[in-house]
Amino acid sequence: MNAHAASMERPVLKDKTRLGDVGPKIAHAALILGLIALGGSIAWGVTLEGGKPLWKSYLINFAFFTSLTLGGLFFVIIQHVTHAGWSVVVRRVAEAVACNAWLMALLGAGFVLGGGMGSLYEWWHLHPGHGNHLYDIKAPYLNHTFFYIRFVAYFAIWIVLSQYFFRTSVKQDESGDPNLTLAMERRSPLAVILFALSLTFFAVDMLMSLEYAWFSTMFGVYYFAGTAGAFFAVAILTLSFLQGRGLLTESVTKEHYHDLGKLVFAFVVFWCYIAYSQYMLIWYANIPEETFWYQNRLGDGWKGLSLFLLLGHFFGPFLFLMSRWQKRRHGTLLAAAIWMLFMHWIDMFWLVKPGADMPALQSSVFDLTLFIGMGGLWVWALFRRLQDVSLVPERDPRLGESLRFENY
Amino acid sequence: MTLSEAGTLTPPGDAPASADAPAYLHGVVAQFETVDDILAAAAKCRDHGFTDWDCHTPFPVHGLDKAMGVRNTVLPWLVFCGGLTGFLTGIGLQYFTNVMEYPFVISGKPMASWPIYVPVVFELTVLFSALTTFFGMWGMNGLPQLHHPLFFSERFKRASDDKFFVSVMADDPKFDAAQTTTFLESIGATHVDRLEE
Repeated sequence: MNAHAASMERPVLKDKTRLGDVGPKIAHAALILGLIALGGSIAWGVTLEGGKPLWKSYLINFAFFTSLTLGGLFFVIIQHVTHAGWSVVVRRVAEAVACNAWLMALLGAGFVLGGGMGSLYEWWHLHPGHGNHLYDIKAPYLNHTFFYIRFVAYFAIWIVLSQYFFRTSVKQDESGDPNLTLAMERRSPLAVILFALSLTFFAVDMLMSLEYAWFSTMFGVYYFAGTAGAFFAVAILTLSFLQGRGLLTESVTKEHYHDLGKLVFAFVVFWCYIAYSQYMLIWYANIPEETFWYQNRLGDGWKGLSLFLLLGHFFGPFLFLMSRWQKRRHGTLLAAAIWMLFMHWIDMFWLVKPGADMPALQSSVFDLTLFIGMGGLWVWALFRRLQDVSLVPERDPRLGESLRFENY
Repeated sequence: MTLSEAGTLTPPGDAPASADAPAYLHGVVAQFETVDDILAAAAKCRDHGFTDWDCHTPFPVHGLDKAMGVRNTVLPWLVFCGGLTGFLTGIGLQYFTNVMEYPFVISGKPMASWPIYVPVVFELTVLFSALTTFFGMWGMNGLPQLHHPLFFSERFKRASDDKFFVSVMADDPKFDAAQTTTFLESIGATHVDRLEE
């Protein structure tokens, strides 16, 4: 009775929910750092060995930051599909993360138009009808025109969806109209379908088709499993950062972190489940046209990295995050979040780098500089987006539920 | 009316034998009217230092475990050990059968191939964890229990309807029928029933 009456009242936010002058400082520093690192890497790397090391590193980091962005979009959509209440105070950050889709579209266009495709993808140079049966049967899908169409479609979907959810949510901050929540909830199931299809084919196009002869029906889900897990880590880090600056100190509590920790844990397990399912079937069937992809990842040094991925992306965090107290203690959760982001990056590295041209494990300076470059721009775009809006959906009808949320 | 074997009539309501025996006191149960009352009472009972006591509510009351000072259960550790046992059993069972007891080459794979162990290891880890959780929870709660002294109180039936109860059992070192009753009344109980056989 009491709880019901309380939910009818408009909840009062007791903490600072505006970035204020914290935002521009971070945004400017990140932008300058990002532009220098990105510009410098491209200027130096585009002529180096035909640009191949540059574009490989570019693709690793592009896949990494796109996945963080998509993770944000996934989170927002799922909260609306499930009519979730607990997550309202976390949702604005996710909405802003998703809105970085426009930045990833630009970075992606740079890759496609700048020569990344020709440099990394063998199929980019192939034409059907030259006796290459494996390519011939895939040519209706893997050709320049259709690729451009798909590439534009992915980013169009992500930009439209992220803008829609962000803008509608911000509009509600002013009007407080609960119908906006209902509208977003009505549209979210369609968004789920569009999201799942676009993410799957994006992973197929950008990562799987690096080896056009290889195929795995698990591949899209594999990319998604890493994506979602990485976003929860980003959410934990972003919220911790904001709280460290005296923002959202009251609305976001240990309970929300605990739930985000549970989601990280869940996707640690899900990732392993998918990775194993993909590996086991190929290992068991033992057909050369499938096994060579793993063979490339078991060569000199690569075997160690593959093992590191298994231990560091699954066993370690699985045992570390299993206990309730590890997820509720801020220090340990933060450490786990940083670790999982690092492992997700290693996962992208593991997907992109190996190949017939790289029999031994090899890293390049561009792996790091482009991480800083794209990361800088990504952080800049995120803080720019959050600058003029409240950091929580202030008048969401479920805000009270989220503020009172507790795990039992 | 029942006719005894001796042919004499026993009047109804006259319970045999037990009437003369002294009633055995199992503890007391106190009734509270609201959620706020039971939360306050639980905190006071906790501070009073009772050890063999419990709260009974018609629905889950959030924060009650904190008010009661309930310590964390060791069940997760048991479950972890159960899971680990399942994990090792899965590996051991397959290694023993595939490598030691009946070595047989299947589709050219090595005898000890970890990828094929995973499904069984996974299932046994889950199974052993689940069984440990289930039986551990029953065991640690002293279940199954077909009867409990609380049911001697008629009023206690409303614990499944609209009233809140605190029970203190006679085994508690701090228990004293008169004093405990006074204490419970002083912290807001509206009725205190003796749990007598």
